[in-house]
Amino acid sequence: MRHTLSVMVENEPGVLSRVAGLFSGRGFNIESLNVAPTLEKGVSLMTIVAEGDEAIIEQIVKQLRKLVPVITVKDLTEVQSVERETVLLKLNAEDSKRAEILRVTDIFRCKIVDVSCDELTVECTGDRGKIKAIVNLLGRFGIKEIARTGNVAMKRSMQMD
Amino acid sequence: MELTGAQILLKCLEKEGVDVVFGFPGGAVIDIYDEIPNFSVEHILVRHEQGAIHAADGYARATGDTGVCLVTSGPGATNTVTGIATAYLDSIPVVIFTGQVPRPLIGNDAFQEVDIVGITRPCTKHNYLVQDVCDLARIVKQAFYIARSGRPGPVLVDLPKDVLNQKCRFDYPEKVSMRSYNPNVKPHVGQVRKVAGLIRKAERPLIYSGGGVVSSKSHEELRWLAQELRIPVTSTLMGLGAYPGDDEELWLGMLGMHGTYSANMAIHNCDLLLAAGARFDDRVTGKISEFAPHATIVHIDVDPTSIQKNVSVHVPLVADCKEALGALQKEMQALRDEMDWERKHEQWLAQIQEWRRMHPLTYLDDEEKIKPQYVVEKIDEITKGEAIICTEVGQNQMWAAQFCTVKEPNMFLTSGGLGTMGYGFPAALGAQRAFPDKLVIDIAGDGSIQMNIQEMMTAVCNKLPVKIVILNNGYLGMVRQWQELFYEKNYCATCMDAQPDFVKLAEAYGAAGFRVTRKQDVQSVLEEAFALDKPVIVDVRVEQEENVYPMVPAGASLTEMLLV
Ligand SMILES: Cc1ncc(C[n+]2csc(CCOP(=O)(O)OP(=O)(O)O)c2C)c(N)n1
Repeated sequence: MRHTLSVMVENEPGVLSRVAGLFSGRGFNIESLNVAPTLEKGVSLMTIVAEGDEAIIEQIVKQLRKLVPVITVKDLTEVQSVERETVLLKLNAEDSKRAEILRVTDIFRCKIVDVSCDELTVECTGDRGKIKAIVNLLGRFGIKEIARTGNVAMKRSMQMD
Repeated sequence: MELTGAQILLKCLEKEGVDVVFGFPGGAVIDIYDEIPNFSVEHILVRHEQGAIHAADGYARATGDTGVCLVTSGPGATNTVTGIATAYLDSIPVVIFTGQVPRPLIGNDAFQEVDIVGITRPCTKHNYLVQDVCDLARIVKQAFYIARSGRPGPVLVDLPKDVLNQKCRFDYPEKVSMRSYNPNVKPHVGQVRKVAGLIRKAERPLIYSGGGVVSSKSHEELRWLAQELRIPVTSTLMGLGAYPGDDEELWLGMLGMHGTYSANMAIHNCDLLLAAGARFDDRVTGKISEFAPHATIVHIDVDPTSIQKNVSVHVPLVADCKEALGALQKEMQALRDEMDWERKHEQWLAQIQEWRRMHPLTYLDDEEKIKPQYVVEKIDEITKGEAIICTEVGQNQMWAAQFCTVKEPNMFLTSGGLGTMGYGFPAALGAQRAFPDKLVIDIAGDGSIQMNIQEMMTAVCNKLPVKIVILNNGYLGMVRQWQELFYEKNYCATCMDAQPDFVKLAEAYGAAGFRVTRKQDVQSVLEEAFALDKPVIVDVRVEQEENVYPMVPAGASLTEMLLV
């Protein structure tokens, strides 16, 4: 199963490789990993998306908690959460295709962030499903380059079941 | 007043109460060595950095304190890695100081540069690269705190040469405050009650005790529970000594691959398994699916990652063993009076005695040839369980574990988790330095002893009168045993009959050497050797193809033991 882990860490050298090492040490793949500072001084938040069975994830979560610079670990898979990813897509966009591309990006509320005579660069933010859909839809115009941030996530304030 | 980094480091060691450091100098740490004579910390010069880390580890295991090791950058640092991993897998508190090239050169493939923090990340509890001399005192304080608190382990501090020359005011923090590191040591009250209830109901309870009982110093609590409630005890290799090995009624001996018949049968038949400070290592459990199939399993461990890792546990209790066993003792004290514990487990204990009678721990002795087990028995007899026993790795280690009566914790030092050949002798030096008046013996194989034999010079010049008894079978015996049993006697690369003359080797170093080739001489030579006030090698020529039994083949169930 796919798990999204939200890991609060001390922002100190080596912490990223300590965290990543726990996954690689178990032959376990990280799908995406995103790190950036938080409001609190010296503290960063990592959002890690990884796939694995329950037993492995449980071990990883416990092992993460054991790392000295790790402050908290939350498995967001167990709760309702907001997940977002941003993707930049550079598309083939000759004149004949441009209108169609703009229609699609409009529906998905993407932004055009760069233009030239035969290319368009599109920025899109959304959850996993939306990103998958837009990449699919725009794929037929020919994607020349893609850059994705990987997921960031947060627990929802209200948990409804 | 401002001090240099080197002076600050040594001051910190004084503050931590460190009286000895095992080390080996080099360019990157020369500034520390320059200051050592000005401080109260003693430095013991080893002959190889692996010797330094094992000695620090042996010192830690024998005393229950933290061991300290100091080496230079690059090759000095990498030479400690095996010892760091050894301490890591056995949860031993050691602090390792490594030199590093000056900060401006880090990352440039400078002379003797190695990213030791990167290399040791997966085998230390934590590690640091000191970037600023003003962080040094805090980092050292934290390093000692992390090494010994929670589940203990090695912590490495990497010291760039220019940081050692920088100056800063010395301020040793009183307390450690780290927002991210707060090991949980207190047991959950409800869980303790639950366990007490289970013990009360159990008809065939068994305690499975591990190294955590030794390192948390909870042997008194363990003994109380076993003796008052009449619960038999088995233990891991690492747990030996926590329960007195001379209690013929409740002590079952070690369990697992080379455990006793009675211990392994008891595991298979118990209805409550109380695991304390043990981690269900695969050498202990045998085939997981058939491990303790009839038991409710309670697992006490300070490290939550140990719980549910290998076997599924019914009642987890995350806490320091001393806290947990102490709380359990309190709960049980109340129940003790209302129950007739004396009779409650009568049948179970009788069954255990029966197993013991059927298959005692034994070997086929010989009139002529010297059996290695016989040698260990003689060592045990002569020392009356009062010596600190260290072991190397292999058959020698298993025979030592089986035939030594370990009565107290911190008296049996062995590399359990990593199984490091070459561990025993330098560890023995650390233990001997801690306890100069005790008899310290390294039970060795002819293969293992050659891995760190150079430390004989350290022993001689520091007057550390460790006794090495080589059970010399001319083979890498444990591997040969596997080849015999599972690889059709294809003794590829395990014959070690090309050997140095160990007696002359001892003498070359200025130690004493004895060779024993006749059974009738074993006792007298051992006695003579143990009485000498200097390091000794006793080279005992034992039966070459003797095997360790019982043996549970890897992957088999604990009840499928090969017996003598
Ligand atoms: C550093 C290291 N290398 C290899 C091994 C694998 N190994 C385990 S036991 C053993 C044989 C040890 O031989 P010896 O020291 O002669 O002891 P014996 O088994 O004969 O008592 C070997 C090679 C190990 N445990 N450690």
